[in-house]
Amino acid sequence: MNLAGSLLQGLVLLAVAPASGWFIKKMKAASQNRRGPSLVQAYADLGKLFRKNMVISDQASWIFHAMPIVLFCSTVIAAWMIPAIGAEPLFGFLGDLVVFVYFLALGKFFLALAALDTGTTFGGMGSSREMTLGSLAEPAFLLTLFALAYRTQTLSLSGMASRLSAEAPLDGLYFMVPAFGAMLIVAIAESGRIPVDNPSTHLELTMIHEAMVLEYSGPYLALIEWAHQIKQLIFLTLLANFFIPSPALSVASPAAALLAVLIFAAKVLSLALLVGWIEIHCAKLRLFRVPDLLGVAYALAILSMLGQLMMGSWQ
Amino acid sequence: MKTLFLLQFIFYIFGALIPALSGKNTRLASAASHLAAGIGSMLGLACALFVFASGIPFEWVFPGEGVFGNLTLRLDRLSAVFLFILSALSAAVSIYAVGYLKDHHRDARFLGFVYNSFICSMALVITAANAFYFLLSWEVMALTSYMFVVMEHEQKESRRAGLLYFVMTHLGTAFLMIAFLALFLNAGSFEFRDFQASASALAPAWKNAVFVCALIGLGTKAGMIPLHIWLPEAHTQAPSHASALMSGVMIKTAIYALLRFLFQFLGEIEAWWGGVILCAGILSALIGILYALMEHDLKRLLAYSSIENMGIVFLGIGSSLFFAASGRTAWAGFALIAALFHSVNHAFFKGLLFLGAGSVFSAVHCRDMERLGGLIHRMPATAAFFLTGCVAISALPPLNGFVSEWMTLIALFAGMQFQGLAARFFFPILASLFGFAGALAAMCFVKAFGITFLGSPRSSEAAQARESDGWMKAAMAVLSAGCVLLSAGAGWTAGILSRVAADLLEGAPADFLPSGQSVCVSGPAEMGRFMPAAGLGLLAVLPISLWIWRRLRLKQLKVRTGPNWDCGFSRITDRMQYSATGYSKPLRRIFSFLYQPLRRVEVEDEGHVLLRTAQRFESRIRPLFEEVLYRPLARWIIGLSEKARQIQTGHIQLYLSYILLTTIILVLVVRLL
Repeated sequence: MNLAGSLLQGLVLLAVAPASGWFIKKMKAASQNRRGPSLVQAYADLGKLFRKNMVISDQASWIFHAMPIVLFCSTVIAAWMIPAIGAEPLFGFLGDLVVFVYFLALGKFFLALAALDTGTTFGGMGSSREMTLGSLAEPAFLLTLFALAYRTQTLSLSGMASRLSAEAPLDGLYFMVPAFGAMLIVAIAESGRIPVDNPSTHLELTMIHEAMVLEYSGPYLALIEWAHQIKQLIFLTLLANFFIPSPALSVASPAAALLAVLIFAAKVLSLALLVGWIEIHCAKLRLFRVPDLLGVAYALAILSMLGQLMMGSWQ
Repeated sequence: MKTLFLLQFIFYIFGALIPALSGKNTRLASAASHLAAGIGSMLGLACALFVFASGIPFEWVFPGEGVFGNLTLRLDRLSAVFLFILSALSAAVSIYAVGYLKDHHRDARFLGFVYNSFICSMALVITAANAFYFLLSWEVMALTSYMFVVMEHEQKESRRAGLLYFVMTHLGTAFLMIAFLALFLNAGSFEFRDFQASASALAPAWKNAVFVCALIGLGTKAGMIPLHIWLPEAHTQAPSHASALMSGVMIKTAIYALLRFLFQFLGEIEAWWGGVILCAGILSALIGILYALMEHDLKRLLAYSSIENMGIVFLGIGSSLFFAASGRTAWAGFALIAALFHSVNHAFFKGLLFLGAGSVFSAVHCRDMERLGGLIHRMPATAAFFLTGCVAISALPPLNGFVSEWMTLIALFAGMQFQGLAARFFFPILASLFGFAGALAAMCFVKAFGITFLGSPRSSEAAQARESDGWMKAAMAVLSAGCVLLSAGAGWTAGILSRVAADLLEGAPADFLPSGQSVCVSGPAEMGRFMPAAGLGLLAVLPISLWIWRRLRLKQLKVRTGPNWDCGFSRITDRMQYSATGYSKPLRRIFSFLYQPLRRVEVEDEGHVLLRTAQRFESRIRPLFEEVLYRPLARWIIGLSEKARQIQTGHIQLYLSYILLTTIILVLVVRLL
């Protein structure tokens, strides 16, 4: 059951990923009095891309062909290192939270490389912007994770999630609120959502992620899009498991597993609701205002770390 | 063992003499000379591995008495680590040099002589067990590397870099001499062993003074900010195979000597040393990589990134001192292992990257990234090796760079256990800034690889580049394999290094590294965990299975090759690609307080704006350290010497009276004291 539960958890993350993106889209549509796509559409889009023929740039080298695969694999490895529905993560044996952060970085590294591969201006632009904003988000992300790790006295992601969910909800409010703020900003920046990046734009002045993958089509694009959705879900899952208190999840029996999946889905959807709400109420920031936003995230991370250090102590 | 150890020096001396003795055949003489160095390095490698395996330090004393003590060469575990770094890298570089110097160096014979003397002097620096002979070899090392820097002495930049290097390195040596003399006064001998034995007798004020002198002296060699200014100039001007050794090994001899000072010669460790070294480390890491990002000269970029990596090593050493001073020996050991491991790793990937840059240079005859591009199509093997180095240096999981940076990060996290809010707060901030430097390094190497090897060529030279020859490819293959092996066997390497740490600190290797020699690395008290071999395995198996799926899938689909999407604009040229300067433009804006970029556009026209005849664009960043720190210092020194010149009249009588006056004052001083 143990292994089966872990496997189920991994597959749920892969399967739910397109739905979480769809949910935000649907919310936005509702706010604009549109109907929006149906849930099936999210999967149908991926399926269509997997079946489509491809056009490949005549400038492309093997990096262009390897990137979607490396990106997808590293994202899946990272996804399978985090706890979602209470089971032990499948690749939890690989390492602690630092290893997880750097597996995500591996995918980003290749994504940015492949953007330069075809030698288009858009690719270079997206690559440069992605790496700049990514590196500015990194200290806030690491510091928040370290603050959480300090509170829970462990660097293992599943250990952190289980200890945080066992806490009384209002116990560490002074600490959890800034940490949540920091992590939310990082999540928005890393998954390329408004106000940092607009996933539905193709304007050269505003594009980041889309600019990098302009030359891709067919199955490659499907892999990249899917990986991007998984990455977004990874951040939502981390937020859900660290900050939303819930009864302890378990996958001890099929019934419990079903319940765990439902609770997990509810937590992720409520966060997606928040991300969507921000998206509806914010305009996209000018590129050179984004560092200020990430600076706010870093300041919040410092606040939570400071609160934790002053109130708590190392046992 | 003894024969093996001495034989390596004989090979170096032999290799240095071959070019002088041989006849007209320059190419053969150069090849033979470098191959002799290669064989010497293999022997050195065997010695280092022997010391690791047996654990017995090896010592050899030159027969005969010397004024400053006997010439003693000792190879203990710490020396063995650095001999391993030196030998492994120089073995690969020697192979590389045979191909690299084949056609475009008229003075290949002289290079052979300098090359062998350089390696020999570094081996002596690492093994000398006597301060006098250490300084002697240190000086030979500085001089031979200076020869490399001024090899192209017809060029002005080369002479300028040489002078800067010469001045800075001797400034450092002066401080190092003071440190050694202070230790000599305390111990009464120049032997390292006596330094160590009398370390506890060192008065606290002396101890701190020696620490400051040693840190300045060795920090200069290690490229620690703000003493780094020589490094990017010198490493750029030297031939690439020499840059690989200078960056991979020479700056690490400073780390070696610093470890000897901190953990052996100075007795009880003070916590504030750790604080100083941590601050210097994070400054070097951050500023080093921020400056690297602004470069579009491939070798200068690599040189600045060396400063960053030395900063990471300093972070490991600094936290180790902090832990040791507060009695947390287990963590002190772990942090020290991280620093040593990063030194080893950096030698491999930075050596590899400099060799790659050398291959690019010998194919295109240009280091300016704005004129490169698309080389992956014409130099596929070099590109693959260079990419390996880029992934390793960006600290990405499957390769070795990640393992040591991860260990450093975990050690910094452990610093939160300290009592006192300031110390506890200091460490997580350092850890997050270190993470920032790591992310910037990834950006820097996306730029280095992406602009140089990807896209389409930005000049006709780049379009006609040819792949390097077999010697060069073999050397790069060896170093790439080293990067993979050091990662797959990270647990074992860390296990060996934990014994080195146990020699320097009081504690058992098992406390420092509970995981021991196994597939998994983890810190003391179950804190942190990483399984490098499994990561490597997953990243091999998963992509390969997907690759197979891709092959099958592509067979069913129609795949068409076409031009890039041009938005309907039909005249896309290669010059419209993102440039190296453009790539880092966002950072230049965000960190403009550090860079203080200057941008000048000059337009010449014939009386009207529309009738432009010429347009010049200039963009550069202000070299802050040179302008704020070194220029005023240099002006002050020159001003001082101008004043001193007033007592120099040229009359011999006056000079004689100066001598008389000095003698009288000296006699008085000596009598009165």
